[in-house]
Amino acid sequence: MIEVKNITKTYGQGDSETKALEGISFTVKDGEFVAIMGPSGSGKSTLMHILGCLDTPTSGTYLLDGQDVSKFSDNELSEIRSQKIGFVFQSFNLLPRTTVMRNVLLPLVYSTLPEREYEPRAKAALLAAGFPADRWYHKSNELSGGQIQRVAIARSLINNPSVIMADEPTGNLDSKTGDIVMGTFQRLNEEKGSTIILITHEPDIAIHADRIIHIKDGVIIEDKKNIARKIIPKHIANDNT
Amino acid sequence: MTIHNLYRETISALLSNKSRSGLTVLGIVIGIASVIIMLAVGTGASNSITSSVSGLGSNLLTVSPGASRGPGSQVSGAAGSSQSLTRADATAIAGLSGVEDVSPEVNSQQQVVAKSANTNVSVVGAVSIYPIVHDVTMQEGSFITDKNVNSLMRVVVLGPTVRDDLFGVGAEAIGQTVRIDNQNYTITGITAAKGGSGFQNPDDTVYIPLSTAQEMITGNQYVSSISVEAANSNDLTAVTDSITALLMKRHGITDASKKDFNILNQASLSSTLSSITTILTYLLAAIASISLLVGGIGIMNMMLTTVTERTKEIGLRKAIGAKRRDISMQFLAEAVALTVTGGIVGVAIGYGVATIITWTGLLTTSVTAYSIILAVGVSLAIGLIFGYFPARRAAALNPIEALRYE
Repeated sequence: MIEVKNITKTYGQGDSETKALEGISFTVKDGEFVAIMGPSGSGKSTLMHILGCLDTPTSGTYLLDGQDVSKFSDNELSEIRSQKIGFVFQSFNLLPRTTVMRNVLLPLVYSTLPEREYEPRAKAALLAAGFPADRWYHKSNELSGGQIQRVAIARSLINNPSVIMADEPTGNLDSKTGDIVMGTFQRLNEEKGSTIILITHEPDIAIHADRIIHIKDGVIIEDKKNIARKIIPKHIANDNT
Repeated sequence: MTIHNLYRETISALLSNKSRSGLTVLGIVIGIASVIIMLAVGTGASNSITSSVSGLGSNLLTVSPGASRGPGSQVSGAAGSSQSLTRADATAIAGLSGVEDVSPEVNSQQQVVAKSANTNVSVVGAVSIYPIVHDVTMQEGSFITDKNVNSLMRVVVLGPTVRDDLFGVGAEAIGQTVRIDNQNYTITGITAAKGGSGFQNPDDTVYIPLSTAQEMITGNQYVSSISVEAANSNDLTAVTDSITALLMKRHGITDASKKDFNILNQASLSSTLSSITTILTYLLAAIASISLLVGGIGIMNMMLTTVTERTKEIGLRKAIGAKRRDISMQFLAEAVALTVTGGIVGVAIGYGVATIITWTGLLTTSVTAYSIILAVGVSLAIGLIFGYFPARRAAALNPIEALRYE
C-alpha cells in the first residue's frame, strides 16, 4: 500500500532552483498494476526514485505500508529497499560473468535471511518469472534479451517486495520481447497479486497497466482506470526462449 | 552482509578480471619477497658474524700493545706497534681476582717447509693453557706442554689444514719434521678442525712453544698479545679495569690516555658488530619496502579504476538494499584479498630464494618467524590503507547517479 501526499522535490538553491515535483498525491492499493506515464522532463523519474526509496521528497509524506519513509536516512532507505522494493531497470543491470542463480539471489545477500534459504527462494522467483530451469546456472552473458529481463524480474521478486518498480523495462527490447516482459508482469499481477508500478514514456507500454497516471511538469494531469487495457495472451507471456 | 557472502563476492569480483588482479598482486609479491630476502640475508650475516666472534672464546679479553710513542713525542704510531707486554705482565695478570686463565702469545707469519711442500701460515708461540682459553681441541698427539716451554724445545703442533697442505689429506704427520725460519721442529700433535672464523683461521695455524718463538723468531722478550679468560662473563668490565690498573702501575704510567696497551673485549666486539649488521639489515629492508609502497599504490590505482568501471554495479547493489558499509567492506575486502595473497606468495618466494642462497653456500640465510609475521601484517595493512580511499569513494556513490552512469 502506497500513500503519497502532496510530495514536492526541488533541486538546487536560490536562482538555480528547479522544481521537479510540485505537489503530487495518490494512493496505490496492494495488487494494483499502475503505469506512471509522462514525457522526459515531466518528473516521472524523480517520482520513481522517491517511490523506490532511492531518494526522499523535499516536502510531503510518503507512507509505504503505513510507514512514513519521507525523512529516512541513507541506511534506513537501504533497509526499506531491501525489504519492500523490487527493481526492474531498463538496462537490466545483471552482474556479468555471474550465474543466473547468483544474480537472482543477490538482494538476499543484503538481507537478514539465513543462507540456506537463498537457493529455494531464487528457484521460486525464477519459476514465477518464467525463466527456463535448464539455464539457472548459466552465466548472465549467455542469455537472450528476454531471458535477461526475466532474470531481472526474478531478482525483483526474490524478497517478496510490497511493490515492484519497473523503470522503462522494455526500453532496450524489441516489441516481441517487450510483449513477453509485459505479459510476465500481467501474469505476476494476476496470479501472485504483485503490486507493480511501471514508469514509461510510451503510451503503447502504459496500456498494459490497469491504471494510468499521467504526469507533466511535476504535477498529475490525469489519473484514471485504463479502460482499453491490452492483455498479452498467456502463450506469448510464457514463451521463454 | 555475512562474512561468507563477503568472501564469495570478493572472490568472484577478483576472478572476473584475472590478469589485472594477477598483475596487481605481482607488485605486492615482489615487495614482500624482497623484504623477506633482505631480512633473511641480514639476519644470516649477523648470525655468522656473532658466531664467529663468540667462537674465539666468549669470556675472552685480549690485551694487546698500544701505539708506540717515543719519549716526549706527541706523535702516536700505529696501534699494536709498540712492544710493551711481557710474560711477566701475563703472570701478574694471572694473580688478579676474577681471572681464570691467562695465555701470553707471540704471533707471526712464517713459511713452514716440509720435504716436498711448503705453506705460509700463522705461527703462534703458545703456552700450555692456550687450548683452554681458545677452545682448541686435539685431533691426535698433544699440545705444547709446560716442559716444552721451559726447555725451549723445537716442537710444533699443526692445524689440520696445514697438515693437509704439507703431507696430504689425513696423512700421518706426528714425529715428522718441518722447517720454520731455517730451524727444524718435530711435530707432536694435530689440532681438531674448528672451521674458519672471520679473523684468523685456527685450522691454518701452527703452534710452537712461546719461549722458542721468542728466542728463534722474534728474538726478544716481548709478547704480541695476552689472552685473558675471565671466570665470569659478567665480570668482564671489572676485570678489564683491574688489568688496566695493574699494567699502568707495572709500566709506570699515571695518565690513562698515555697507556701503552689496549684491552679488547670479545663480548663488546660481538655486540658492536651485531648492532652494525642489524642496522644494515633494516637499511636493506627499508630499501626493499620501497617496492612494497609502489605495489600498494598499484593496488590503489587498480581499485580506483575498478570503482569507476563498476559504478553501475555499485548503483545496482545500493538499489537492492546494500548499505554504505556493505559497499565499502566489499571493496576493502577486495584490496585486502589482493595484498594478503601477494603477501603469502611473496613470503613463499622469499623463503625459496633465501633457501637457494643458503644452498649455494654464499651465506647461511635465516628466515625468522618475526619477518614472516611482519610481511603478512604489512601486506594486510597496505590493503587496508590503499583500499580505504577507493572503498570510501565507492560507498559514497549516489545510487541514482550510479545507475545512470554509462
